[in-house]
Amino acid sequence: MARAAVLGRLTWRVGTLVAFRDETEFARTLVFSIPDWPGHDAGQHVDVRLTAPDGYSTQRSYSIASAAGGDLVELTVERLADGEVSPYLSQVLSIGDQIELRGPVGGWFVWDPSLAAQVLLVAGGSGVVPLMSMVRTRAKFGSHVPFRLVYSVRDPGSVLFGAELAELQRVDSSFEVHYAFTRTTPAGVARPAGRIDATYLADAGFSAGLAPAVFVCGPTGFVETVANLLVAAGHDAGRVKTERFGPSGSQR
Amino acid sequence: MAGIVSPGFFGRRRVAGASLPPGQYLVRDFPVLSAGPTPRVSHDTWEFRIVTETGEKRGWDWAAFTALPAEDITVDLHCVTKWSKLGTSWRGVSVDTLLDGIETSAEYALALSYGGYTTNLPLSALVDGKAWLAFSYDGSDLTPEHGGPVRLLVPHLYLWKSAKWVRGIDLRLREERGFWEQLGYHNDGDPWLEQRYSAD
Amino acid sequence: MSIPLDGNVMVGALEELFSFDVSVAVVECAGCGHSGAVAAVVVYTDAPGMVARCPGCTDVLFRLVRAPGRVWLDMRGSLCLRVDMPDA
Repeated sequence: MARAAVLGRLTWRVGTLVAFRDETEFARTLVFSIPDWPGHDAGQHVDVRLTAPDGYSTQRSYSIASAAGGDLVELTVERLADGEVSPYLSQVLSIGDQIELRGPVGGWFVWDPSLAAQVLLVAGGSGVVPLMSMVRTRAKFGSHVPFRLVYSVRDPGSVLFGAELAELQRVDSSFEVHYAFTRTTPAGVARPAGRIDATYLADAGFSAGLAPAVFVCGPTGFVETVANLLVAAGHDAGRVKTERFGPSGSQR
Repeated sequence: MAGIVSPGFFGRRRVAGASLPPGQYLVRDFPVLSAGPTPRVSHDTWEFRIVTETGEKRGWDWAAFTALPAEDITVDLHCVTKWSKLGTSWRGVSVDTLLDGIETSAEYALALSYGGYTTNLPLSALVDGKAWLAFSYDGSDLTPEHGGPVRLLVPHLYLWKSAKWVRGIDLRLREERGFWEQLGYHNDGDPWLEQRYSAD
Repeated sequence: MSIPLDGNVMVGALEELFSFDVSVAVVECAGCGHSGAVAAVVVYTDAPGMVARCPGCTDVLFRLVRAPGRVWLDMRGSLCLRVDMPDA
């Protein structure tokens, strides 16, 4: 997987919505076709620009959900009730409509399939999106690098990609998903509702002694708390990469 | 910065109007913009001082400041990021009151804030009933996220000139650019002349 | 709300100017000497521009304003930027 050090300056490109699928009641995956799209690495994002008829425009950043490579770009957008962009993207944008995108952006929060180190992914809500790109990339490349996803989510109805994650676990014993429901747990789950703590990370994640690569993504408060817990547990801060999302699950 | 229009996208409910400066739209909420962490300043440690071009200083602690005559005002706010909020109610001390008796031949001012923010304006923009040190918004103590305990309020200019968490004003013979002015924003910032950027 | 994000959100805007992957460039704070990836700096975006602050001491590392027809970039708070670049 080539990652050029010299990219050329980024400019806005036009993307056309070619497909979509609803993931949950509030989240939709949008599939865009962008001419001359160079492909992306797992964990990268795009900046999205929307312009209204009167010239008003606004931007957000969204992580790419689909596996690396590929001609199409998938974004999974979670709708915030009083959001400005997420209600439009997740409910109004229709097949054939166009938006502007800039990217792919960001080579730091990226998983390189050629690396052998096991990987711990910690997701807070819609922070699972770039981590799902990593999970999908791993599957696409046929990698068996041990992966553990610790996924903090409000309730079962908010889980993104649940069926796909279950199937990937079923067919690959080196991939595990551990849910931490924070408000409502599904029947049959022993752990009571609550936020991720040091104990849960120790039980569900890879220990610091294994020196995993770690990726944490979610709202700023979640990311800071988890990163602190990981470092306190002995993980080398240099191996813990973080990406903070704004409240709507995008970066802004 | 014209982009392609995305069908059905209108953004936050906004209204352009004849009573708004060019390029502005009306909002109903009160957006919070900030260049850094919100300073938390207690009344015990708060102070405000004016320093003239000769180095003469005058300062007020919280007790002295709150003893000054204050007035209730209702003003429109115009942010350079294009939102406007009309008819906002504040209570504050007129900057004229603070400058009263200070001798200066300075033509420029630099407002300084807790947290390091600065903004420059012509001194003429601060006098003759055009500017206040506001400590109350909409009937309540000004909250830290909106610039409390005290912010500068200069409503006839873009809102970035109304320095939140203000702690002083320096009077200068020569203009010194503040935080955003150094990055291309306008030295004067009159929304009715759409003076957003220094090249405008 | 002025809840900060991180350097990842600023990379697209910076790459309008720079032709390399800015997120992995290492920036050193001129104030406290803390150094780290641009992706890991603290960024405030609810402002008339983007402000990147040091995760160590919160001093401003760099600031960017995208105005019509121009970009303003101030990096005085950064001592230097280190970029891995293949030999030409």
